[in-house]
Amino acid sequence: MKLTVSNLEARYGQAQILFDVSFAVAEGQALALLGRNGAGKSTTLRSIVGLVADRTGAINFQGEDIARLPTHEIGRRGLGWVPEDRRIFTELTVTENLEVGRQPPRPGAPTWTPEKLFELFPNLAEMRQRLGGRISGGEQQMLTIARTLMGNPSLVLLDEPSEGLAPKIVEQMAAAILAMKREGLALVISEQNLRFARLISDRAVIIEMGRIRYAGTMAELEANPEIRDAYLAV
Amino acid sequence: MEFFVVQFLTGLASASSLFLAASGLSIIFGVTRILNFAHGAFYMLGAYLAVTLTGQWSGPLGFWGAILVAALAVAVFGVITEILLLRRIYHVPELFQLLGTFGLTLILQDVVVLIWGPEDLIGPRAPGLEGAVEILGQSVPTYDLFLIVCGPVVLAALWLLFHRTRWGVLVRAATQDRDMVAALGVNQKWLFTSVFALGVFLAGLGGALQLPRDSANHMMDLSIIVEVFVVVVIGGLGSVPGAFLAAVIVSELNAFGILVLPKISIVIVFLVMAAVLVVRPWGLLGRQEGAPRQAPGATIHPWRPLRPPQQIAVAGMLVLAACLPFFAGNYALNVATEILIFVLFAQSLQLMMTVGGLVSFGHAAYFGLGAYGVALAARSLDLPMMPAVFAGPLLALLGAFVFGWFTVRLVGVYFAMLTLAFAQIVWSIAFQWVEVTGGDNGILGVWPASAVGGATRFYWLTFVVAVAGVICLRILTFSPFGYALRAVRDSQLRAEAIGIDRLRVQWTAFMIAGTFAGTAGALFAYLKGSVFPDYLAIPYSVDALVMVLLGGIETVSGAVVGAVVYKALAIWLVSQTEFSKLILGAVIVGLVVLAPEGIVGYLSKLARRIKWPLASKRDPERPAGSSEKIMRPDKEKESAVGFALKPSPAGAGSGGVEAGSQENSPPRMTKAEP
Repeated sequence: MKLTVSNLEARYGQAQILFDVSFAVAEGQALALLGRNGAGKSTTLRSIVGLVADRTGAINFQGEDIARLPTHEIGRRGLGWVPEDRRIFTELTVTENLEVGRQPPRPGAPTWTPEKLFELFPNLAEMRQRLGGRISGGEQQMLTIARTLMGNPSLVLLDEPSEGLAPKIVEQMAAAILAMKREGLALVISEQNLRFARLISDRAVIIEMGRIRYAGTMAELEANPEIRDAYLAV
Repeated sequence: MEFFVVQFLTGLASASSLFLAASGLSIIFGVTRILNFAHGAFYMLGAYLAVTLTGQWSGPLGFWGAILVAALAVAVFGVITEILLLRRIYHVPELFQLLGTFGLTLILQDVVVLIWGPEDLIGPRAPGLEGAVEILGQSVPTYDLFLIVCGPVVLAALWLLFHRTRWGVLVRAATQDRDMVAALGVNQKWLFTSVFALGVFLAGLGGALQLPRDSANHMMDLSIIVEVFVVVVIGGLGSVPGAFLAAVIVSELNAFGILVLPKISIVIVFLVMAAVLVVRPWGLLGRQEGAPRQAPGATIHPWRPLRPPQQIAVAGMLVLAACLPFFAGNYALNVATEILIFVLFAQSLQLMMTVGGLVSFGHAAYFGLGAYGVALAARSLDLPMMPAVFAGPLLALLGAFVFGWFTVRLVGVYFAMLTLAFAQIVWSIAFQWVEVTGGDNGILGVWPASAVGGATRFYWLTFVVAVAGVICLRILTFSPFGYALRAVRDSQLRAEAIGIDRLRVQWTAFMIAGTFAGTAGALFAYLKGSVFPDYLAIPYSVDALVMVLLGGIETVSGAVVGAVVYKALAIWLVSQTEFSKLILGAVIVGLVVLAPEGIVGYLSKLARRIKWPLASKRDPERPAGSSEKIMRPDKEKESAVGFALKPSPAGAGSGGVEAGSQENSPPRMTKAEP
């Protein structure tokens, strides 16, 4: 397994957010982490990259327990994280934003260069010298992903990559993510949008109130409207 | 005309070393969010090291080598400081970092005197640049011209460093979002250390380069740090070009102010800073700051009024304190009276800082206004004590009324700096308006009426006033007004949305705090029998700040304990040792590292842990699971409830820096008043 999360629990102060969350992602596989707003999707991803201080449980990445590692060490092992609120460096140009994410090539993971990323996201190619704060929301979303890919990760956590994007951009985003998958990247995609998730994912996990409610293949989930309606319908 | 040109050039030359120090502070603040009070001490260290090294090495190579080595040595010292001290306190509230670096400044002041002695030291002239150049018939020192070139060269070098190197790009990225940078695989620890080293290097270089123009003395750290703060604030925190622009403005104002208006020369930069901040609340080239990383005073253990057992304990202590005159001599009573005055002064600041989240760097203004109010009424108007004593608080209230209106419009560091500016303005009025205030000689012969004269009676008077004042301030804290004040502190937008007028509430708090500080100042005038401009000056403001932090910024009345401990320790140390600042500084640094919650905060944490009967037992009362319902994990509430605001245990899982800051970095949602 590429990534195995076992019995993950997380708290913010007095409030427990995650309860006994366990799932696994295989090499080159895409897992959809589905759930409503506030279900604990973002907290799960943030816990994996070490940004939730108060957490317990085991997180195994490529055979190594990373649960106690500081955030930058996790990033250096090739585990990329694309936050949902984009967090572009608004005062840096597009090229500089990519530079921040740059890491040496990594054996066993696809290698990315700015040129290759501009092919993946053609919109960005025209704005290399534009400030991160002066590009559209969709372009910022692409830049966030491109910035993470500059670290040549072998697994990427994508937090709601389709959120707040125009339908046309969502299509482009799906195509780009599929291209990343074809390069051999393992993916965990948190989503509320089932239609988007099923374009990309092989397996799905549904999280609700901080607990895993369902785990199975995407195809099984699609064949099972009751589960969908219970946990995902708005 | 020629003369003005030369004066202009002199101003530019001064601007260079000021810019070096200020840019260093600005860079450090931008990335680490640490307002490095010790920056002036590093500047001073650079100057002293340069004195020693230039004395050892001769020739042009020796001189310039000495300057460079001095700056590098300061940078190495800065790195050691960062690793040993600052790394331990990145996760604590910003103010504690300020307090820790303030402690370091105290230590270095005495260390410098220990090593180099108390006399001013004059460095050599720069070889090759000793002479002067004729410009428009006036001679300008060659070294000045060299300094004039230095400033822009360093500015350009910094620009290239930040825009053309990977390190610079990472630093700029970390300035905006440290957690994101960490998630991209960058070790912030070393990024912070290198930034700190660069900033401190610039300070050391500024100090060393200034040497051929000015002597090195052990007071220069405080004078430069104030100027540097002013420059950085006028230019905009974190902006290097802003620091350059502001350094030029400030230096030129100094150069010309002294010609045009010698009377207000001291205050002119503060007037300009006040004007800039009123028009541009984030400085000339600064950008709007996000919400402070950790709002002071926000706590996950809600405050409560004292419970009966605690009340009994406090009452017992008060009875003991009231009986002091029966077993203490006159000297001890005088010391005790002074401590009580500072208890009231510090508690008034605590209302603003803790309850209001308004950190004032110039609270001494109101203390001093209180003292001057009394002194002027008693001496100039010849009023007896009974009406005169009310002139103090009244004058302080008036000052707070005027200045408060301006300052509450700003937030965070800018608020702090504007309060400082107003305090400096008041100070220079007291200092310069000799006809009324007596200037530096002060106003003498302010004695209490015979009914409260004598050590014992005056002690009792002070005791009654201080205790009543502290009780009043506590009552206010738990009154609806106190709740409103806490509401705007914790979430300005929400508080305004439910109809609280932020400006009015904070302005009122400012005036209340000012009035109580003025009351303390009025008593102080009668205790000392005289009033001096010092009462309004920065050291008194810093004392009050330290007392609050020492007691515990997250407590209601920690300042009381902080004031007693700090004042008693300071007075005792001065009588015991020549190096009181060294010890006091070490105590402060130790406290910041070991108990960043302050004395009272630490004790109540301890009490909560062992469930001491006097502690407010809260946990058993809370129904299980209730907190979950209150604190739903959606993002918005996460940031507003503020449960992550308590300093997280050092290095929990991810090295402290990363750990504590993410949950409460909602700069996107918290919009401050434009």
